[in-house]
Amino acid sequence: MNLDFTDEDRAFRADVRTFLAEALPDDLRRKMVERRHLAKEDIVRWQRILNARGWAVPAWPVEWGGQPWTPTQRYIFQEEMALAHAPEGSPFNVNMIGPVIARFGTEEQKRRFLPRIANIDDWWCQGFSEPGAGSDLAALKTSAVRDGDDYVLNGQKIWTTQAQYADWMFALVRTDNTGKKQQGITFLLLEMKSPGITVRPIPSIDGISDLNEVFFDNVRVPVANRIGEEGRGWDYAKHLLGHERSGIARIGLSKERLAQLRQLRADLAARGMLTAAEQARLDRKLAEVAVELRALELTQLRVVAADAAGGGAAGAASILKIKGTELQQRMTELTLELAGPAGLGVPDHHGEGDGTDGWRAAAPLFYFTMRKVSIFGGSNEIQKNIIAKTMLGL
Amino acid sequence: MDFDLTEEQRLLSETVSRFVADRYDFHSRLKAMAEERGYSRAIWDQMADLGLLGLPFAEGDGGFGGGGVETMLVMEALGRGLVVEPYAGAVLMAGGALRLAGSPAQKAARLEGIIAGQYLMALAHSEPDGPRHTVDQLRTRGVVDGDGWRLTGAKTAVIAGDSTDELIVSAVTPGGVTLFLVDPQADGIAVQGRSGYDGCRVADVRLDGVWAPANAVLGGVGSGSATLTRLFEEVTAALVAEAVGIMTDALNTTVDYLKTRSQFGVAIGSFQALQHRAVDMMMQVELARSMAILAALSLEMPAVERRLNIAAAKAKIGQAARFVGQQAVQLHGAIGLTLEYKIGHAFKRLTAIDALLGDADHHLDVIAEAGGLPAIG
Ligand SMILES: Cc1cc2nc3c(=O)[nH]c(=O)nc-3n(C[C@H](O)[C@H](O)[C@H](O)COP(=O)(O)OP(=O)(O)OC[C@H]3O[C@@H](n4cnc5c(N)ncnc54)[C@H](O)[C@@H]3O)c2cc1C
Repeated sequence: MNLDFTDEDRAFRADVRTFLAEALPDDLRRKMVERRHLAKEDIVRWQRILNARGWAVPAWPVEWGGQPWTPTQRYIFQEEMALAHAPEGSPFNVNMIGPVIARFGTEEQKRRFLPRIANIDDWWCQGFSEPGAGSDLAALKTSAVRDGDDYVLNGQKIWTTQAQYADWMFALVRTDNTGKKQQGITFLLLEMKSPGITVRPIPSIDGISDLNEVFFDNVRVPVANRIGEEGRGWDYAKHLLGHERSGIARIGLSKERLAQLRQLRADLAARGMLTAAEQARLDRKLAEVAVELRALELTQLRVVAADAAGGGAAGAASILKIKGTELQQRMTELTLELAGPAGLGVPDHHGEGDGTDGWRAAAPLFYFTMRKVSIFGGSNEIQKNIIAKTMLGL
Repeated sequence: MDFDLTEEQRLLSETVSRFVADRYDFHSRLKAMAEERGYSRAIWDQMADLGLLGLPFAEGDGGFGGGGVETMLVMEALGRGLVVEPYAGAVLMAGGALRLAGSPAQKAARLEGIIAGQYLMALAHSEPDGPRHTVDQLRTRGVVDGDGWRLTGAKTAVIAGDSTDELIVSAVTPGGVTLFLVDPQADGIAVQGRSGYDGCRVADVRLDGVWAPANAVLGGVGSGSATLTRLFEEVTAALVAEAVGIMTDALNTTVDYLKTRSQFGVAIGSFQALQHRAVDMMMQVELARSMAILAALSLEMPAVERRLNIAAAKAKIGQAARFVGQQAVQLHGAIGLTLEYKIGHAFKRLTAIDALLGDADHHLDVIAEAGGLPAIG
């Protein structure tokens, strides 16, 4: 046993680091450091820089722009991206619909969509959840009825992130009501400008309106835009949700945030804004976070190594998700505590911050919005149910 | 030991609770927040009509002479409704400074208006570059200039500071901290109002050599620390009660949701993982309620007991509010994260209450330094 990365992996890390240092635009980096909301253009711009380097979609099949990286290298890449304050790209394009089309799409669909997905020529959103179908996703009701070469959709999606930007949606719809509820589900690709689609924004607690309701009123979707077979959508969706786990715990992101917390603490102390008792307590809390993060890092590396060797335990992703999100949330609590009541008045979170102290206004909003990470992508309660079942046999 | 309310207290509690239940649903809150000053004038007038704005003032001054328990009852009821009107900021905080330190003439000129809802005051104390909470570590300075003072500094998180008729500004002067009555229209003042993350209006105030005449001093020169210490104890006790009201409502809302939200063909409240979480929330609410009572009763105690008991209450409330707020959101799922639903607003206000007047850690430090808590009874 040893903890050393191979020479190859180290060289790889150095390459990634050099590239990021040169390629990441300064204004984007600053926005990321200050936790400001990224505009669509910001994400697209960065994705295209990565795409030009061939690194926009490393986990995809090589013929569609992927890289032949090992799980360890994918892990290193993610970590370096986070440490460099690089934006993450659109998860819907990169981690969700791309891999599904690459695996289950027709040749025609691959040629038509994949290059545009990788370059975000099309922005995609995820139409899975419905008012009655959250954790119980298979309860979804939006109906798709076959009419000639089209499906006709009626119903509603909700919590559709960034539907307001989207050119396309990948959606789960019901084509059959008769059998088990997982069986009548079909996976469709639909154009957001199709007649009969209405998008209503839902403001969220950080003041940003990235969530939406999407209503379908007799929306026609060509059968050619179906993924795979009718009624098999559940299988494709499961593939999408369990696709990639080398980055689930988001170690790099948490490392970067911990470093920033240390920086903020030092800054406030230097300005005489922290008592000695506060400094001591903060240092202890930061040490606790550092220990938790290290334990999670090693656990994530064990999973990466097991996957590289041909497959680790099924429930491991759930452990990484729960512990990773708890840690991210814990760090937002510490930033909130550092900001104190000065964070109460919120200057322009969306525009230019007021330099050094913009983070204090952003801290509470970030704390609020980060409650989402234990809710979406399978809530932490659902993840515990999975662990109990798959790993403990309960 | 007696935890019963007097007949008058019970009536007060019922009156305010009914007012909140009848007049202040979630929709009213959203509407109030959207008004120009960030709260509803009409609601404020109704609060005046109910006598709430006069509650803490002495009967001789036209008030009702309410004490800690009365304020607790009102604040808990206002908390249940997530009321954004600046009762704590204008009546308890700024009005309290006037009540504690004002000369008879200063009170006579203002109290009638305050009690009638016609005159608003705001305390400008917290500073953007200062410690997170302090009574006297201030950068704002007051220097003698002729027969008056010049004030210079920056203040933040001034509650309803942009719609106020008058500011009370704390500043370091020769001899200690002094409180000044300041006209927000005076030369050299810039007031920038905004909506705080909790939905309540706050303002940043800059003072650039603002002139204050000698009779603008509230209490004696250098007496500000003593006034603020007592004032912050009172307002802390009030905020603790507000948090209990908010948590109670958030718990009820969450339990209702667990009973009505169905997933996997059953009410999600049938999952034991969620039942236990709701029970954990409920236990925190009850412990917090006990501490709100302790804080209210401590206001009549000698200085050391008062200080430490109130610190204990604020520390406990900070921890409970964080847990209850987070879990109320979690158990609601995505809907808990929207501004269109009450829970997210409750979560944010609970977060603000922890941050105001010293967070849980701040008050734990106070207790640790004192070597623990005094016995009760
Ligand atoms: C910020 C954000 C962005 C999102 N973006 C998208 C998107 O782009 N596209 C999309 O399709 N969806 C999206 N979602 C929706 C997300 O997938 C759902 O919120 C999630 O599936 C949970 O569903 P729900 O919100 O309806 O909560 P519910 O399923 O109603 O859950 C409520 C509570 O019950 C608990 N619970 C449920 N079942 C069980 C059980 N069996 N045992 C124990 N506890 C249980 C949950 O953990 C939760 O605490 C987003 C959500 C958020 C918060």
